[in-house]
Amino acid sequence: MSYVARAGGAVWRFVAGDDWRLALGVAIAIGLVALLVEVSVNAWWLMPVAVPALLWVSVSHAARPRGRP
Amino acid sequence: MTGAELGVAISVFLACAVEAVEALTIVLALGTTRGWSSALAGAGAAVVALAALVAGLGPALTSLPLDVLRVIIGGLLLIFGLQWLRKAVLRWAGLKEMHDELLAFEEETEIARSHAPAASSFDGYAFTVCFKGVLLEGLEVAFIVLTVGANQHRLDLAAAAAALAVLVVVAAAAAARAPLARVPENTLKLLVGVMLTSFGMFWSAEGAGADWPGGEVALLAMIPGVILCAWAMATGLRRATSDAWDPAAAVRR
Repeated sequence: MSYVARAGGAVWRFVAGDDWRLALGVAIAIGLVALLVEVSVNAWWLMPVAVPALLWVSVSHAARPRGRP
Repeated sequence: MTGAELGVAISVFLACAVEAVEALTIVLALGTTRGWSSALAGAGAAVVALAALVAGLGPALTSLPLDVLRVIIGGLLLIFGLQWLRKAVLRWAGLKEMHDELLAFEEETEIARSHAPAASSFDGYAFTVCFKGVLLEGLEVAFIVLTVGANQHRLDLAAAAAALAVLVVVAAAAAARAPLARVPENTLKLLVGVMLTSFGMFWSAEGAGADWPGGEVALLAMIPGVILCAWAMATGLRRATSDAWDPAAAVRR
């Protein structure tokens, strides 16, 4: 593996941490706020809705025992 | 000092104090078993590397346009904050072991003893383990210093808060002559997660163009709101898991 690929992987692991869903979810939430602002909706309320939802998805996934769907 | 600047200073201080306690445990374990000079040299080299990172990237970050900066920084803080909060909720719910510094110290000491002693006065093993330990524990703090400091254009304040936290932790360990097992690390980690998540939500939405009702005052509602959410999730998880399955069997957390 090239040095660049290894460095990229290390940066991704550093940012994504234990659960990549959180990083992806945050990126989508910020993108949605920006889109709504573009169509003149002051979408500050999206963050207090999206963030607890993301956290819940992540912790409930972590709490799921091995083998359980 | 404004309310947001005070929040920045408290967040950086707490985050740095928690990571410094963990890094100190590694240095103490290596210092007491392998000798202090190489252990301290490794820790010192890592601190210099982290300071160079902050000094090198800080001016580049502060030169970005404010909205771009807030989206990038808010997003990163939110991701880091949610990771801290996730672990805190799992610990609160009894699904993840509480961090125990005495146990960590004993494990590090055991590993250090199992390696062959140094052939010369310079112990490469102690140097490397301490360098790596302090660098890894400090990397996230360095990014927190960079991001929250750059966003408020107060890198000096963020760096000072981090340095103060390190000094307090080192002084406390020197006085106790032992790992700081009585520091309420798990509670501090929860608080850091709450602060980073709240600032992250605030700045990322502002950077994306939204206006919070009341401006920075909104943070006063967001911080207790995040704590309440975390508590509700931990309570719900604890109930669900104690009824349904054995928490010890849970997969990677």
